[in-house]
Amino acid sequence: MSTQYNVIGTRPIRHDGADKVTGRALYGADIQLNGLLHGAILRSPHAHARIKRIDTSKAEALPGVKAVATAADFPAAGDKIVDLGEGATPLSYIRGNVLAQGKVLYRGHAIAGVAATSAHIAEEAASLIEVEYEVLPCTLTAPDAMKDGAPILHEDLHMQEFGKKTDKVNNVADHFRFSIGDAEKGFEEADLIIEREFHTSTVHQGYIEPHNATVLWNNDGRVQVWTSTQGSFVVRDTTACILDLPVAQVKVTPMEIGGGFGGKIPVYLEPVAAVLSKKSGRPVKIVMTRKDVFEASGPTPGSYIRAKIGAKRDGTFTAAQAYLAYEAGAYPGAMVGPGAMCIFAAYDIKNVTVDGYDVVVNKPSTAAYRAPGATNAAFAAESVVDEIAEKLGIDPVDIRLKNAAKEGTQRVDGPKYRRVGCVEVLQAIKASEHYNAPLGGPNRGRGIGIGFWFNVGLPSSCTISVNADGSVNLVEGSTDIGGTRTSIAMQAAEVLGIPAEQVHPSVVDTDSIGFTAVTGGSRTTFATGWAAIEAARDIVRQMKERAAKLWETEPAEVNFENGVFSKNGKSMPFAELASKIGETGGPIVGRGAVNPRGVGGSFAGAIADVEVDPETGKTQVVRFTSIQDVGKAIHPAYVEGQMQGGSVQGIGWGLNEEYYMDTTGTMRNSSLLDYRMPTALDLPMIETIIVEVPNPGHPFGVRGVGEANIVPPPAALANAIHQAAGVRLRTLPMKPSTIMEAVWAK
Amino acid sequence: MATVYLPTLLRPLAGGRESVQVEGATVRQIIDNLEQQHPGIKERLVENNRLKPNISVAVDNEILPLGLIESVNPDSEIHFVQAITGGKN
Amino acid sequence: MERKVHVQTTINGEPAEFLCEPRQSLLECLRDILNLTGTKEGCNDGNCGACTVTMDGRIVTSCLVLGVEAEGAEITTIEGIARGNELHPLQKAFLEEAALQCGICTPGFIVAAKALLDQEPHPTEERIRWWLANNLCRCTGYDKIVKAVQKAAQEVTL
Repeated sequence: MSTQYNVIGTRPIRHDGADKVTGRALYGADIQLNGLLHGAILRSPHAHARIKRIDTSKAEALPGVKAVATAADFPAAGDKIVDLGEGATPLSYIRGNVLAQGKVLYRGHAIAGVAATSAHIAEEAASLIEVEYEVLPCTLTAPDAMKDGAPILHEDLHMQEFGKKTDKVNNVADHFRFSIGDAEKGFEEADLIIEREFHTSTVHQGYIEPHNATVLWNNDGRVQVWTSTQGSFVVRDTTACILDLPVAQVKVTPMEIGGGFGGKIPVYLEPVAAVLSKKSGRPVKIVMTRKDVFEASGPTPGSYIRAKIGAKRDGTFTAAQAYLAYEAGAYPGAMVGPGAMCIFAAYDIKNVTVDGYDVVVNKPSTAAYRAPGATNAAFAAESVVDEIAEKLGIDPVDIRLKNAAKEGTQRVDGPKYRRVGCVEVLQAIKASEHYNAPLGGPNRGRGIGIGFWFNVGLPSSCTISVNADGSVNLVEGSTDIGGTRTSIAMQAAEVLGIPAEQVHPSVVDTDSIGFTAVTGGSRTTFATGWAAIEAARDIVRQMKERAAKLWETEPAEVNFENGVFSKNGKSMPFAELASKIGETGGPIVGRGAVNPRGVGGSFAGAIADVEVDPETGKTQVVRFTSIQDVGKAIHPAYVEGQMQGGSVQGIGWGLNEEYYMDTTGTMRNSSLLDYRMPTALDLPMIETIIVEVPNPGHPFGVRGVGEANIVPPPAALANAIHQAAGVRLRTLPMKPSTIMEAVWAK
Repeated sequence: MATVYLPTLLRPLAGGRESVQVEGATVRQIIDNLEQQHPGIKERLVENNRLKPNISVAVDNEILPLGLIESVNPDSEIHFVQAITGGKN
Repeated sequence: MERKVHVQTTINGEPAEFLCEPRQSLLECLRDILNLTGTKEGCNDGNCGACTVTMDGRIVTSCLVLGVEAEGAEITTIEGIARGNELHPLQKAFLEEAALQCGICTPGFIVAAKALLDQEPHPTEERIRWWLANNLCRCTGYDKIVKAVQKAAQEVTL
């Protein structure tokens, strides 16, 4: 099928571009309001402690301080379970993470908030709050937290097993098992079995803009929030839930957002700022410091993984087994489910068993990070696959192609794939100039890896109104983190037959658009784009009625193609008909509200060339290519951008980034100097190969593209380092010291 | 009748079987009939008259958004899976 | 609260004056006193480059400069890069090359890159990467940023 598009596949300038290159775009921290107070948060210096007493009197007495808030200011939570866009969570956990109650569970856990006439006074005041702690022993890794006798974080936490609460009180919130076929029998059929253990560190999404929230609790009882978030409705609903208000009593205005990657879904500051505003009668702004962002937002889980694959001499995989224990941080929810579903997702293996454990530890409560759970898992699986290929003397692409998942392959969690592009991604790797190029120097190695992410659908709303000049205004509720205003507007423009520039998109507050789920799960271009398509189709339907009136015929008789309405030789372009909407019946507004089916998962691959310095163990990435099945690239430059950005986050995760914790649970590298994210100087250009296997479930074939690209890089780098330095690394990050220790041990 | 594939940890409730044949025109009817055949399964899947928030249902290999009220064909394949949540930049 | 200090300076070619506390950084003064919020705070300890401005022609992280140090200096912020209604070639190139995603780091990158092109109109890729290593971007992987600077370098010299 080759469909000709006018707008889709082109590269228009983003609608918010001028604002973002001139400094005019207003991000969360940029808001200024009359009477604005500045807030600060007092945070725990201990990783695990009981709070015996909080005395805020000295803080309240400091001149300039207008309000102090603690957990005692929140309404009682009860044991309500709430579903706020990142899975179901007991309200007590969400509220307890916003302000600690009874116990602190990680260093950085918020205890109290202060509002004052300046940020400096608020910080001073926070330091004057006296807290008496009973310090408790802490537990910091999943394997340690699972041991008998480990310090227990939640005395009421019973392990669940697929919906069943067990009697066991421990640090394991959830255990599940997926199995298809008979793994034991499958391993008996294998000629070669490789089983390895892997450890990955806690890493942070690393968005450049710290979390922020500004709240006015108005005199009419309405709570107005301005914030940077991936989901304004999530902020609305969570804030309302914690404050025990009806949801629409809270109005959230999403400001421009400086990166999220999953980390700006949870709510941290809004309920505290709301209480401070209520107490002071003034708007309150709180902005996290970078240290707060590291210590007290939601990094992604560290993990312990065992992966085992059996293969026949010809490379056919006969069985696979995995054990994954992910660190949820202080509260349950480690995204180990998706990790377990993704670990062997690239392969058609008939006999598989996977066990997953969601483990609480004394670290910040984790959040999603771009294909959450899948990168850790792929590092393990793809390292084992590479070792099998090496031992059997088979090319790493060929062994993957031999076992690649395709339409009809059953995943370990049960369902079978619809049309997916795993094979096409592998073929693109094999055919690429990069994969076939010489390495070009000593101490170099090349590795590949592949990975999968599901993507999600979820609800989205959109309205479009027609202007007399032939342009349209598009209103939507998905906060735009990477150019989605444009990728959504382009889909509406395609339906309407007008240029992308003739669509004026706005991302609006929660009073002004229907419910729209988070910008996450690679869903925005897919689902909000679909809502825009529906709204545009609604416009076309109404415009046909107007044309029918003008031509004294029936709407069904009017054709619409390439932006032109026509009937029996008469024709009128969209803009001309738009100029007549006043005289033919008045305004035209189209609406689209969807909760779409047809989500298409995305496969990605990476080819990494590295050079490892034999004296220092430093790894330089000398060439890198990202390959991804994107379904249909709406705006190819933004698709490339997602692939490049995800790749580089994966490179950072693979080579440098980690929460370097001491035994007391203190992160010792909580600055951007010491938490070493890749800089421009660390990298080559990131080459991209866009593979388009249209998703049959979407009108334009879109698959989400935001996430799958981060999954393969750490594995590809590990496989490249093996070739370059002769050592297989099974711990992330693969920093110089890890490499040298492995080389010396050889 | 639709074929319901049981999650590994629920199979003991159905005598260890991986899949069972169940009548029903909606996911709700399927679960109610499943409960008749194999008591104890419903409480593992349903809470407050909804699918538990961490569980999704896939009918004919597609995870569907509406849970219990989704329709099921006589030859449908049904899987109960872990809900997927996501995040991107 | 300490007594405020009167500072006279030049910002984006215009004379400017403000009152600030001695402990306030130039970044705070720009954002909170002068309402020039185009300059962003990412870390407040000089490691991310989001607050990059030029001071007497040199790039500085404005979070590590005190407001009082601006006395008598010439400061250029992102708000001073476009020539009236006309975007600077770097700004145009950032848009055409899709060199931004979330855009929070963009002001710092553009100010830093302009300082480079002002003194070296023909930088190599390596030189661009070296110069911009002070600025962190988490969305793009830098590829399109480097290409945008290369493209702007061609435009500037035409």
